[in-house]
Amino acid sequence: MGAWWWAVGALVVLLVVGLYLSMTAGRLDRLHRRIDTSLHALDTQLLRRSAQALDMAASGVYDPATAVVLADSAHGARAASDDDVVSRGLAESDLTRVLLEAIPDAQEADELREAAPDPTMLDDLRGTCVRVQLSRRFHNDAVRACRQVRRQRLVRWLHLAGHTPWPETVEMDDTPPPGLTAR
Amino acid sequence: MKIGIVCPYAWDVPGGVSAHIRDQAETLIEMGHDVSVITPVEDPDSLPPYAVDGGRPRSVPYNGSVARLTFGVKATARVRRWIREGEFDVLHVHEPLAPSLGVLACWSARGPMVATVHSSIERSRVLVTGYYLAQTALEKISALVAVSEHARRTIVDHLGGDAVLIPNGVRVDHYQDAPPLREWPGPAIGFLGRMDEPRKGLPILLEAFAGIRARIPDATLVLIGPGDPDEVLAEVPAALRSGIVVLGRLDEADKARALASLSVYVAPNTGGESFGIVLLEAMAAGAPVVASDLDAFARVLDEGRCGALFPVGDSAALEATVIDLLGNDEERRRLVAAGARRVAAYDWRTVAGDLIDVYASVTAGQSRVREDLRGQIVGRLARRRTAEGGAQ
Repeated sequence: MGAWWWAVGALVVLLVVGLYLSMTAGRLDRLHRRIDTSLHALDTQLLRRSAQALDMAASGVYDPATAVVLADSAHGARAASDDDVVSRGLAESDLTRVLLEAIPDAQEADELREAAPDPTMLDDLRGTCVRVQLSRRFHNDAVRACRQVRRQRLVRWLHLAGHTPWPETVEMDDTPPPGLTAR
Repeated sequence: MKIGIVCPYAWDVPGGVSAHIRDQAETLIEMGHDVSVITPVEDPDSLPPYAVDGGRPRSVPYNGSVARLTFGVKATARVRRWIREGEFDVLHVHEPLAPSLGVLACWSARGPMVATVHSSIERSRVLVTGYYLAQTALEKISALVAVSEHARRTIVDHLGGDAVLIPNGVRVDHYQDAPPLREWPGPAIGFLGRMDEPRKGLPILLEAFAGIRARIPDATLVLIGPGDPDEVLAEVPAALRSGIVVLGRLDEADKARALASLSVYVAPNTGGESFGIVLLEAMAAGAPVVASDLDAFARVLDEGRCGALFPVGDSAALEATVIDLLGNDEERRRLVAAGARRVAAYDWRTVAGDLIDVYASVTAGQSRVREDLRGQIVGRLARRRTAEGGAQ
């Protein structure tokens, strides 16, 4: 009789542990998926930003010097889009810095808006810059949440994360040009 | 963009969150987006065309006040069907921690999800008990928005992670041109909110009003908001009672007109406010504001530059502040002008633009919102029920 109860007890414990593990695995799967999508979203916004910067450089609103610097950094950012997280972050930060110089204040932004062949060009760029910043923030939040779960002992010991690489945050300067965000 | 919004509280019971959602939905529709709101509702016939019935709310005490929430298997089934049929580009859940439709939506959906946290939860008891559940629901959300610094702190302290600050909005155009509802015999002092909800602080104002009336005999106290006035005013002496006008619950347009008729608007709240939208509404309607110095109120009033502050719960200080202000037309005019400038930053058209940026950054290159059926016992039950319901 005693042995029977022990068996039932062990079975219940096993069941509970199993349920917990399967829930945690599901949770990890969800978190990894969220990281994938947030990284993809950030990638989309970054590509859009460099494309819009290139358009600006080619639109003739700038003096040749500014146009060259802007086009160069935008090209650099595009070329780095397949690189590792760190060097891509550096290239994108360079573009951020050049944009900052290219549209330093609201007055300059107004002048550019008037000179631009397409008046929505600057507002589109503003939107993209804000969205880059948001996307990166959301991505890093997702990474943080995932790391928290992956640090749990049980998750590490049982390799619940499988072969998914350790999630990395994206570090870069993503400050939108103040000339665009000033209201 | 096709946007699905989840409202946790009853649509036809006035409240900050449901008013926020109504304004959000209507502003987004005006901007040309396709919006559907699912919400608990007492009377489904009262719903506007863009809203969907999420079930009857039940009154339960939650986070220090009585909330009307909807939950259960039936509600889950409704949320699931709404998600399945809505084909939304993005799902926007309000108050994801309230045990209502919001949590159900988080469980039932996958894809781009945004959540807005409104209230500050000071006692973390709620979060400790529901921590695991809250985590699993929140982990699916791609972007968290907080309406105030207070609400943001709740997220940072209790949940980990961060939130984007997008303030609450006011439909300024609905308020600024509102003609006064009525002429009052003398200066009118206004209160807006549930009269029988202690945290709204009406007793403090009633106490101060006795003193104000002694100094300014023709002053009127105007009470706007739901609640049983006989119960609240039972203790008030008859002489004072004659100076109190109860307007009760007003619709949006009359609320704006009532605010526009006030000489001063008083917000004597004692806590639980994370933002203070009523303050902005009063400012938009051109009423000078006197408010208790809660963090949230001080922030909205720019530390007292756009309205007068008094210590929380101090009826003597409130009395003195109101008497001073009623005797100083110039200061009142100054506050009205400062308030009008302040409120422009909170205009819904600005706020909705910020929201669209958030939506765009979570939906870029993503598939739409879909139903999530993985590992959900409640969900499976609900699915069976809807299937049966469909067969009958």
